[in-house]
Amino acid sequence: MADNVTPRVRVPRSAAAGETITIKSMISHPMESGQRKDSDGNPIPRSIINRFTCAFNGQSVIEVALEPAISTNPFFEFEAVVPEAGTFEFTWYDDDGSVYTESKDIALA
Amino acid sequence: MIFTRRDTLLMAMGTAAAAILPFGASAAAEDAISAFTGGAEAGEGGITLTAPEIAENGNSVPVSAVAPGAVAIALFAMGNPTPDVATFSFGPLAATQLASTRIRLAGTQNVVAVARMADGSYVRASQEVKVTIGGCGG
Repeated sequence: MADNVTPRVRVPRSAAAGETITIKSMISHPMESGQRKDSDGNPIPRSIINRFTCAFNGQSVIEVALEPAISTNPFFEFEAVVPEAGTFEFTWYDDDGSVYTESKDIALA
Repeated sequence: MIFTRRDTLLMAMGTAAAAILPFGASAAAEDAISAFTGGAEAGEGGITLTAPEIAENGNSVPVSAVAPGAVAIALFAMGNPTPDVATFSFGPLAATQLASTRIRLAGTQNVVAVARMADGSYVRASQEVKVTIGGCGG
């Protein structure tokens, strides 16, 4: 279990219907690649977030499959269409089975 | 310590081999791309890959790819111990087919982005990134 996993997401508070918005997401996570060795020369086991999804009112925006080559504190930037007021749901899936979620409401301007 | 002519030659050859071998385009990386494309040839154009020419720290290299009309974009680091980096699948509410993230690079190498288009064809783009400090630890 990774400690202090905190998801952070930036979504505008409001948008016009049909407008394109930019979403930035980051989650604090060590993303241990499984390639490194500790001071005694033993390999440190892999522990990463392997999947990230973003959906708006249940409809998919983006899905990412992550490999160990993604940096510590995985960051993603992408663009979404906002057809109506609603909620963006962000979900991160950890190797150890933990699931981290974050949601952001957006209103129509 | 005194270097004989033979020692010097051997050392030079060893250094040259070490410089070429680890970060060249490996067969494993091409296999990883084939696994994504299902063996199909990837064309050129229709995808833009943005990566820095020189990255000081291989632990966090900002990379983004845009491919209008793509269903999915996969990123590969040709010289990493495991070449797969990430696969982005776009849903109906994705406004643009933009994939932007930060990746680890073990050393100077080519970064490749491959996009699967809506009609099932594939396009790829590649850029070399020079890495000053590698980002795979150990």
